[in-house]
Amino acid sequence: MNSYVPILVLGALSLGFAVFSIAAGHLTGPRRFNRAKLDAYECGIEPTPQPVGGGRFPVKYYLTAMLFIIFDIEIVFLYPWAVSFDALGMFGLVEMGLFILTLLVVYAYVWRRGGLEWD
Amino acid sequence: MNTGLTLAAEFETPSVEYRLLAPMLIVFGVAVAGVLLEAFMPRPFRHETQLGLAVAGLLAAFASVVMLAGDYSVAASGSVAVDGPALFLQGAILLMAIPGVLATAERKVDVGGVFAPAGSSTPGSPAERLLVAEKITQTEVFPLLMFAIGGMLLFPASNDLLTMFVALEVLSLPLYLLCGLARRRRLLSQEASLKYFLLGAYSSAFFLYGVALLYGYAGTVRLSGIAEAVSSEAGNETLLLTGTALLTVGLLFKVGAAPFHSWTPDVYQGAPTPITGFMAACTKVAAFGALLRVLYVGVGGLAWEWEPVIWGIAILTMGVGSVLALTQTDIKRMLAYSSIAHAGFILTGLVGTDAVGADGELLGVSSVLFYLVTYGFSTIGAFAVVTLVRDAAGEATHLSQWAGLARRSPVIAVVFTFFLAAFAGIPLTSGFTAKFAVFSAAWAGDARVLVIIGVIMSAVAAFFYFRVIVLMFFSAPAPDGPSVVVPSPLTTVAIAIGAAVTLLLGVFPTYVLELAGLASQFVR
Repeated sequence: MNSYVPILVLGALSLGFAVFSIAAGHLTGPRRFNRAKLDAYECGIEPTPQPVGGGRFPVKYYLTAMLFIIFDIEIVFLYPWAVSFDALGMFGLVEMGLFILTLLVVYAYVWRRGGLEWD
Repeated sequence: MNTGLTLAAEFETPSVEYRLLAPMLIVFGVAVAGVLLEAFMPRPFRHETQLGLAVAGLLAAFASVVMLAGDYSVAASGSVAVDGPALFLQGAILLMAIPGVLATAERKVDVGGVFAPAGSSTPGSPAERLLVAEKITQTEVFPLLMFAIGGMLLFPASNDLLTMFVALEVLSLPLYLLCGLARRRRLLSQEASLKYFLLGAYSSAFFLYGVALLYGYAGTVRLSGIAEAVSSEAGNETLLLTGTALLTVGLLFKVGAAPFHSWTPDVYQGAPTPITGFMAACTKVAAFGALLRVLYVGVGGLAWEWEPVIWGIAILTMGVGSVLALTQTDIKRMLAYSSIAHAGFILTGLVGTDAVGADGELLGVSSVLFYLVTYGFSTIGAFAVVTLVRDAAGEATHLSQWAGLARRSPVIAVVFTFFLAAFAGIPLTSGFTAKFAVFSAAWAGDARVLVIIGVIMSAVAAFFYFRVIVLMFFSAPAPDGPSVVVPSPLTTVAIAIGAAVTLLLGVFPTYVLELAGLASQFVR
């Protein structure tokens, strides 16, 4: 149980900081209306103009997001492999090669099917 | 206390026994090759090549299953079990997948195939009409099917719960997609796909939570490790019981047992019919294999706790399946409820845990293995017949449209009657020997009340099968009723394989029964 104490303390500290910051901002900050405050903050697409038909957006975004996730996951697996590369040795190299080869097939498929073209 | 240093010292390089995993590797290899073909092969050659590659891959994988027979051990650092039940079910799945793939490849009954040319096109849109007019065939279904089959091969063979979860997802995700690809009635098909996906994801969450709790109990996800912890009565029993319950819920969902059956009729009705047949047969085989392994290997020492629950679920499943099938007016929904009832009969066999046969085989396991084979082949055949009865709008699935079918096509009516007789468990069909096997296993396992209820339920179930037979043979056909299309050799072969196995296992069941008996021991 003792080994969990640091992580519990850290969790409590970060929770406390978050609650304190939001509460303090609410209590002490001035409230003045400004249209810019309603905009998307730093990231994301502008929500206007709304697309016709109630907000369907092109499947292209989904494709890009999917591709991002695939390569993101690849890195997730590559990273621990790189850390314990010498322990895993030849076995790790072969298995990772097979893994990356499989992803390469997916990549070739997406490329040939036009998944990388925006229009 | 484990520190990073001691972990590094204990580090053991994992190993993969490629030979023992050959059946799965072949199927996954074919699937990946199929993806490459989709990318680089010109469209006109794709369909034949993909079909040939898929069937060749299934046959090669089956050959490697046969070569592994009798050579039982664990592979991939203990996360995959290569033992009797695993190899038997892998062989069964591969053999059932062949008629399944053949029926899926049919292009004559509905010009261009049963699948939408592009899954992403909006139903009824000009883009879709253009694709249909160009008679473009969807060939991506072959790699998807092979990925699903690969997951199904791993599911009953997985020896730890994480591998089992990965297999569950690998088999489910392609199926969700395939369900939504019907060329006709696309909205119904997409609805089926969405429902299957949402409820499947929901059940995966149950499964995963069960895995987490069992890990909390035993400190390992390995089934043998959990079994050890159960027998030494170490750890928190609440975690064990809750974890087992959640895990079993996840598996019973895939099996389609009541009260986790509600997705079955909608999905079976909406999915393209060859996919429904494939799914009803192969998914059930794989899921029962996993259920057997979890209940017998993982928490076998807990049989006193789970047996009464499986009792109750078996009775409920047989009851819900048989009674609700009576009220159905759609042939696909009726077959879906029939598959629920069959899940109940199979669960009956599973309860016979301490039933041991003359040669020391576990009757509970061997009867379930045998039942799965008989049920699977009849199911694929029956759904392939459903694809042939058509009118202008596509398949005529309303029961009233099947009235007097024997006058339009006596052959198809007789074949379908044969499959229904097998489902009902009439002697000289495989359904009879299979029901006999599970009921005698449950009887030997002292579940006598359950057997009596099972026999009564199979009489109720027989009633709705005979209702369809009477409808086909003794009702006057409607003037604008559907016609029976003559299929290409693909569907014909699929139906013939289904009918031949149903007949063979009804008349000469000995060989396969003995094989199932030999294959009834798990490695731990």
